Amino acid sequence: MAIPLAYNLRNLSARKVSTVLTALGIGLVSWVFIFTLALAGGFQSALQATGSPTNAIVIRNGSTAELTSIVARDAAASIESQPEIARAPDGTPLATHELVVLWNLKRKNGTPANVVVRGVTAKSVALRPKIHLVEGRMFRPGLEEVVVGKLAQARIAHCALGDRIKLAGRQWSIVGVFDAQGTAFDSEIWGDVELFMPVFDRPVYQSVTLRLDEPSHFGALRKRLEADPRMSVQVKHEDEFYAAQSATLAALLRGLGLFVTLVMALGAIFGALNTMYAAVGSRTKEIGTLLALGFSRGSILTSFLIESVLLATLGGLLGSLMTLPVNGITTSTMNFASFSEIAFRFQVTPSMLLSGMIFAAVMGALGGFFPSRKAARRVIVEALREA
Amino acid sequence: MKYLRLIVANLLRSKRRTFLTVFSIAIALFLFCTLRTVITSFEASLRASQATRLVVRHAASLVFPLPLAYRERLAQVPGVTGISYGNWFGGYYQDPKNQFAQFAMDVPTLLDLFPEVVLPTAQAEAFRSERTACIIGGALARKYGWKLGDQVPIIGTIFPGEWRFVVRGIYTGQTKDVDENTLFFHWDYLNESLPEGRRNFVGIYWLRIASPDLAASVSGRVDAIFENSPQPTKTETEKAFQAGFISMIGNVQLLLTIIGSAIVFAIMLVTINTMMMAARERTREIAVLKTLGFSDGLILRLVGGEALFLSLLGGALGCGLAALVFRESDFTAGGFFPNFRVLPETVLLGLLLAAIMGFLSGVAPAVQAARLEIASALRKVA
Amino acid sequence: MASENGTLIHLRDVHKVYYRDRIEVPVLQGINLDVHEGEFLALMGPSGSGKSTLLNLIAGIDAPTKGEVRVAGESLGTLKPSRLAAWRARHIGFIFQLYNLIPVLTAYQNVELPLLLTRLSSRERKKRVLFALGLVGLEGRAKHFPRQLSGGEEQRVAIARAIVADPTLLVADEPTGDLDAKNAAEILTLLKRLNEELKKTVLMVTHDPHAAERAHLIYHLDKGVLQS
Repeated sequence: MAIPLAYNLRNLSARKVSTVLTALGIGLVSWVFIFTLALAGGFQSALQATGSPTNAIVIRNGSTAELTSIVARDAAASIESQPEIARAPDGTPLATHELVVLWNLKRKNGTPANVVVRGVTAKSVALRPKIHLVEGRMFRPGLEEVVVGKLAQARIAHCALGDRIKLAGRQWSIVGVFDAQGTAFDSEIWGDVELFMPVFDRPVYQSVTLRLDEPSHFGALRKRLEADPRMSVQVKHEDEFYAAQSATLAALLRGLGLFVTLVMALGAIFGALNTMYAAVGSRTKEIGTLLALGFSRGSILTSFLIESVLLATLGGLLGSLMTLPVNGITTSTMNFASFSEIAFRFQVTPSMLLSGMIFAAVMGALGGFFPSRKAARRVIVEALREA
Repeated sequence: MKYLRLIVANLLRSKRRTFLTVFSIAIALFLFCTLRTVITSFEASLRASQATRLVVRHAASLVFPLPLAYRERLAQVPGVTGISYGNWFGGYYQDPKNQFAQFAMDVPTLLDLFPEVVLPTAQAEAFRSERTACIIGGALARKYGWKLGDQVPIIGTIFPGEWRFVVRGIYTGQTKDVDENTLFFHWDYLNESLPEGRRNFVGIYWLRIASPDLAASVSGRVDAIFENSPQPTKTETEKAFQAGFISMIGNVQLLLTIIGSAIVFAIMLVTINTMMMAARERTREIAVLKTLGFSDGLILRLVGGEALFLSLLGGALGCGLAALVFRESDFTAGGFFPNFRVLPETVLLGLLLAAIMGFLSGVAPAVQAARLEIASALRKVA
Repeated sequence: MASENGTLIHLRDVHKVYYRDRIEVPVLQGINLDVHEGEFLALMGPSGSGKSTLLNLIAGIDAPTKGEVRVAGESLGTLKPSRLAAWRARHIGFIFQLYNLIPVLTAYQNVELPLLLTRLSSRERKKRVLFALGLVGLEGRAKHFPRQLSGGEEQRVAIARAIVADPTLLVADEPTGDLDAKNAAEILTLLKRLNEELKKTVLMVTHDPHAAERAHLIYHLDKGVLQS
């Protein structure tokens, strides 16, 4: 025979302050849990989404980031003439060679940031379908014009449309703003690669990116290029290349988040234990009465356990709701793989919210078990006698 | 003092509850100290930096090198009493995950300009006289089990290929803030191994100046010299350089502060609840004490003192545990935080926080107890 | 201490009204009472007659709705809560029906409680506590906790606590209400001794005629009105 749920609900609402305090405490733990997941998830998906699985990126052998890579002009030309590359409508190969430098600029709050400045070709945008201009126009080749990613525009000083920015001793007009849908490109500044090379005093490119005509051709292309002793390059799937850059920091963030939430959960379980022990203690007589009425020990245990889980889930719900405003907030960090600034958004997903609630419920179950068992083990006569 | 016994007796009333509360507070403070230490570890390089050292680099960013020829001109700037230089090597050991700092340094000037790198004389001599020699920090040696005479293979990402260095010295830091996770080797060795076109470039010059007061004037003079050259410089104190680097890491401080506050706040709510429950169960006893003539103020202090005592006990446990754990474990989070140790300031801050937590969690039940109407409280339970 | 004519307790037209769910419940209706120093007075009456309320008013732990309560030279209505607490500590020794010892403190520590409010040194406190425990015949039980004592012993510890600070007035609310006949007799004998040997004024609420017999004076309280 089960004790009706209404009994638990009424008990929770009878000691409102205690219920709210305990639920909030557990809710905050869920909040931190979801918060760190959203942080790591946002960072990782920003980098992961940067690359496309149908693209391949060619960098120097031994480099882990574009910044430390070198691809000579003749090597780039030879890479771009490979047969596995998809064709643009005009019949030219869908490939681009790019120059990447880090430039120290000021954030809007005055602190310095290393911004990726990328020299690109006409094919660069075509290779990244996520990118489209949202303001202004594209830069014109050969002119001192640049376009900026929308997160760079939001965070870096003097990056509004029409502003001029100083790079390599020259003034560059910002003629357009592009949206790269939250990918790493959103934190970059783009200009004409052929103009950048002399201005930045760089005789070589950093990478070649190309679209494969057929995903299955990747292996053949890679084998041929990596075997060529004159080039000394490595070929990677673009998505894997960017995902690898996020791996260390994302793992660190997740590790920190997990460590913090697990330890903190212990604290919250202690709190739940206290609350439930007190609840059991103050209801000794009731428990005796329930037992005398013929309720089984099992149903007493279940009832108290349900009450505790209910309390914790209420907290988990609160905590989950509190993370919603965090969703979409932009923050930035240094991508340690490239030492460049990368802005990204907190990403609260439904599955994170669900995990947060489950996490809270588990805390409630753990915190409620021992007090519930104590309640169920009461001896009727003693329980009734106690004040 | 005579009332302390009353407080202690009350805490021993429900040992389980006291234990659970003290430990949940200890956990909160342990986490607080840990998160705070993440922040202070980022800043360890600031504390280790010296006021008489300037850093000269390319104005654009560290990616662009400066010519070796700048050395002579820098040395002539008035106020400069010493100069060293080096390149960030950016390699890894076996797997890209095994990251630690490697610098190709001008060895003759390295130990002169960096007195915080402490090396036995014999080892310093061995390091100086062998082209492929390197020195490593004590923590790094412990981490990978490297000993004097070992060959250490490092895979270059900026300078491709596998580079082999012989460990000829293991340095210790002069203070605890000095990073002991760095490998230094000969800049000459790197330079000679490079193709013709990439030789004779320097990533960073370090200048020693006669007095910290000269920092601004020397920096200004250096940057003025090279202002219109193809490679303009940016000169700043070592501290400013490190601070710039830290600020690039972004909002980590804010994020950690948010998480830390949430933790402390959560546990505080739980503690408030516990203290209120404890006080409620003792309504009758408090009424008795009042009958005996205990004033409202004294009751307030007794109940509040109990919360304060509990919190401070938990705080001391949590902070102490954090200090101990991270001192004993050589924890670096995969090389991310080379100097992960809890500072005394962090412990003090933690205890202060615990006191505030105790105060806040004691206020409500203490006021409740002080306001208790004796007659009705005695009647209610009797 | 007392007024010039030796009156320790002086009540004039005291009324007390309680509110139970906003319904007015008159408990005391115009009580007049004078008790002289050194008296042993018993207050009798059926349950709900208001005798405990009257005792609480005299002990300064409750306040009248109307009227004057003057005890040991102070008009209690005029005292601020902090002064009233100090006054209680100085003048009142309270003995409860259910002893009300603090369960986490030993007999010794329970008796010592009122002395913590004084400026006495710990040595001086110890002397007095042991004296009080000796007076009630429990020297050997100093280190025991309340749960390790019998009911009669608990009440004797409570009495020691009530007298340890040498109060002017002892008030006892059904001191024998929870005890068997033998223990009750012992407690009453003890109160009588305190009254006779230490010259303590004792005011006792009881519904037990045997208990009341020990008093010099017996007042009856019925429906909030006092009859002698």
